[in-house]
Amino acid sequence: MINDHEIIETMQMFNDQHLDIRTITMGISLMDCAAPTVEESCNRIYDKICRYAGKLVETGELISKKYGIPIIHKRISVTPISIVASACGAKDYTPFAQVLDKAARTCGVNFIGGFSALVQKGYTNSDKVLIESIPDALAATELVCSSVNVASTRTGINMDAVRDMGVIIKKTAEATKDKGALGCAKLVVFANAPEDNPFMAGAFLGPGEPECVINVGISGPGVVKHALEQVRGRDFGTVAETIKKAAFKITRVGELVAREASERLKVPFGIIDLSLAPTPAVGDSVARLLEEFGLETCGTWGTTAALAMLNDAVKKGGIMASSYVGGLSGAFIPVSEDEGMIAAASSGSLKLEKLEAMTCVCSVGLDMIAIPGDTTAETISGIIADEMAVGTFNNKTTAVRLIPVPGKTVGDSVEFGGLLGTAPIMDVNRASCADFIHRGGRIPAPIHSMRN
Amino acid sequence: MNSEKNTAVVTVLGRDRVGIIADVSRLLADYGININDISQTILDDIFTMVMMVDLKDVVIEESDISEKLTELGKKLGVQITIQHTGLFNAMHTI
Repeated sequence: MINDHEIIETMQMFNDQHLDIRTITMGISLMDCAAPTVEESCNRIYDKICRYAGKLVETGELISKKYGIPIIHKRISVTPISIVASACGAKDYTPFAQVLDKAARTCGVNFIGGFSALVQKGYTNSDKVLIESIPDALAATELVCSSVNVASTRTGINMDAVRDMGVIIKKTAEATKDKGALGCAKLVVFANAPEDNPFMAGAFLGPGEPECVINVGISGPGVVKHALEQVRGRDFGTVAETIKKAAFKITRVGELVAREASERLKVPFGIIDLSLAPTPAVGDSVARLLEEFGLETCGTWGTTAALAMLNDAVKKGGIMASSYVGGLSGAFIPVSEDEGMIAAASSGSLKLEKLEAMTCVCSVGLDMIAIPGDTTAETISGIIADEMAVGTFNNKTTAVRLIPVPGKTVGDSVEFGGLLGTAPIMDVNRASCADFIHRGGRIPAPIHSMRN
Repeated sequence: MNSEKNTAVVTVLGRDRVGIIADVSRLLADYGININDISQTILDDIFTMVMMVDLKDVVIEESDISEKLTELGKKLGVQITIQHTGLFNAMHTI
């Protein structure tokens, strides 16, 4: 029997603490959309996405009303386009991005992910074409997200791809400079990319995934922060226990929504991604949550330890609540999308080097960070290389989403609007790493990849 | 979901005034929704009413009920929410 206290606690989570289902993401395999011509392949892609996801938005809204739960986004992830398009022999994959954009609009979703390539060990011809197409594809579309996996613990780091992605990020910034280099906000470079991640911009449906699947991403930094406010001054054991309980409840909401969506859409349920994903709204910040541990501002000493504990406790609570926890699952630390991170970066307390350290223990990486427009491609590749090493050698997912904003420098800021937020331009170490980046080849897989 | 009873929790939060319970229960009755239990309390100076209702004989689309209740809430100056009990069972029971 449910008691009034639990009912009121639940109401407060939704009303005051910004608990929401961040996204219901439908993964759709496009394997059978490969065709000898671009036109035929694009027609198949459009038809298939619309056939499978036509009722996604409506279903999300019905579930939202039934349980009184805000469901913020309905999204689609697809098979990496470098695989789907490889049979058509085209030299430019922009038309594939455009058809994804069109299908996303028809279905009413707000992002579609999967303009992607998996190149951790090397390029196919098609991977090469896809990566070269990214700047134009992101400039020609609004709803398409792109990702490239350049490293994994199993394979090591593809340093050719790391070098090329520095150039591609610069070109993407240039191609979308009239919108503050917005294209770069939709482009992620990964190590150990999960194949079932529902969160953008890094969502795609991996080759090992089923025909169609529902993955749900949940959020709720505000709920965890509120729970911690009740145990101020208590020891870390109490803090860990408190976070676990909050994460358990949040995950159960996600599982409920995922199972109901799966049943209504007649599509199998894949995973719950239990991530603390901040938004620019006050009260929905991971940085403020870290400060609740007892830190004056995010970025000061203790931040990494607090984040490590938070990330771990969130996972432990979530694992108890659902047997199918996957995706990224942990705490996100994007800068522009988090009110507290923006404040910490603007005040100088949070620097790029500290963020890199934090990515050793968070669930993703250097995310939504604006850097000066004149940062060289080699320096961007150097930042990517370091971040990929963190992921590859620690057996975890890491990602880089950097935005070199043309014409802007330290002290300026860039406004993306909506959930993408506002980013202060952060300072970058200018000493050259060009000779390092131009070596090329692969950094071998770490010793602990040899598990067989 | 299907295996569960089709029951929901209606919560009313806001400033107390004459007739809130009357108005909410009239609306529920109009749509064939039976009230199984009511409790009310003042929490942090906020009037809080919790109703357990049965949707077995409901005569409109379930998704429309929440809109009707939201409308009524606006008229009365309180916040009215309806949530399927599945949510609370999922969050608060192991």
